[in-house]
Amino acid sequence: MEHMGIEKERLHFSWISSAEATKFAHVAKEVTDSVRSIEPNEKLVKQLD
Amino acid sequence: MNKRTERIRELASNLLKEGTVEMVIGFGRGTTPMATRPDIARTPEDVEKLVWNSNCSLNLANYLTDRKGQIGIIAKGCDSRNIVNHIVENKILREQLYIIGVPCTGMVDKVRLAALCDEEILEYTEDGEGSITLKTASGKKEAAKEDYLKPNCATCMHRNPVIYDDLAADLVDEPEIEDQFADVKAIEAMAPKEKWDYFDDLVNECIRCYACRNACPLCFCPTCFVDESGPQWVGKGQSETDVKTFHFLRAYHCAGRCTDCGACVEACPMDINVRAFTRKLVKDSLEIYDWEAGLDMEKRPPLDTFNPNDPDDFIK
Repeated sequence: MEHMGIEKERLHFSWISSAEATKFAHVAKEVTDSVRSIEPNEKLVKQLD
Repeated sequence: MNKRTERIRELASNLLKEGTVEMVIGFGRGTTPMATRPDIARTPEDVEKLVWNSNCSLNLANYLTDRKGQIGIIAKGCDSRNIVNHIVENKILREQLYIIGVPCTGMVDKVRLAALCDEEILEYTEDGEGSITLKTASGKKEAAKEDYLKPNCATCMHRNPVIYDDLAADLVDEPEIEDQFADVKAIEAMAPKEKWDYFDDLVNECIRCYACRNACPLCFCPTCFVDESGPQWVGKGQSETDVKTFHFLRAYHCAGRCTDCGACVEACPMDINVRAFTRKLVKDSLEIYDWEAGLDMEKRPPLDTFNPNDPDDFIK
């Protein structure tokens, strides 16, 4: 994904068990913060008429 | 007629006469100079149509998929690696095949050769020693084959077939390539926007004819995801997003399987370097899993196995 030009800020991989609510919340916050830090995505977007 | 063609015809003719195989899949003459096409010889007389030269760039493993009966097939290094892939992926049985291996010295880049001449090329000949002669209406042009190899042949380190039952020529020396991934590294060094623009530019001319997919021996799904209509994964038009989705996803499907044979590039009517998509995956397979596709019939591909030591640094 990074190779095709998707910013690394948008790419996150994590392993979270269903019992790890705190970790999930933490990772979700990290992801949104990191995506907000860059410009809005215009790649692989298609406008349907 | 060159020695390899002669020997291929002799071996193929014997196989058909003895009844060892029902057909021999090879290359026949194309309709224009510098072109060959996949062809099948079914009788000993048929073998006269088989040829071998430096334009046999397509991958014959593509014509083996789910075929029944006993089959003879001509295989250069990359074809043989895709035959191994086919065997590993249960698309053909080893026992069905009689492989005539052809040690390869590389195929030529037609686009660059054509650019050498101002006019249409009327005849293409090679002496088998590395010299090519192109004839046009007003004269002749000589070229050294070595200088006009296809990019994937120039970085190829598996010229000899990996599996074969007979050989049409002596094995050749495998070259040592210092940096076989210089092209991928150049893209890796780019900023995200540059990378995006690079691939934008690359597929700009794509007409979605799917010749790359059809020529690819890995693309044997009964229904390709682009042809699927329920659900329709990707639009059928020329929207930039759809074109890119096709190319990126097709490349992913080839991860750990691509042998970098270059059939996709060879088939492209718009001369798009389709390999630019799969090359990164070839590099990653080698660096992450120490894996090169199609070298061993006994090993399962990396994406088909799990090992507790598989690298997982990217998972946070």
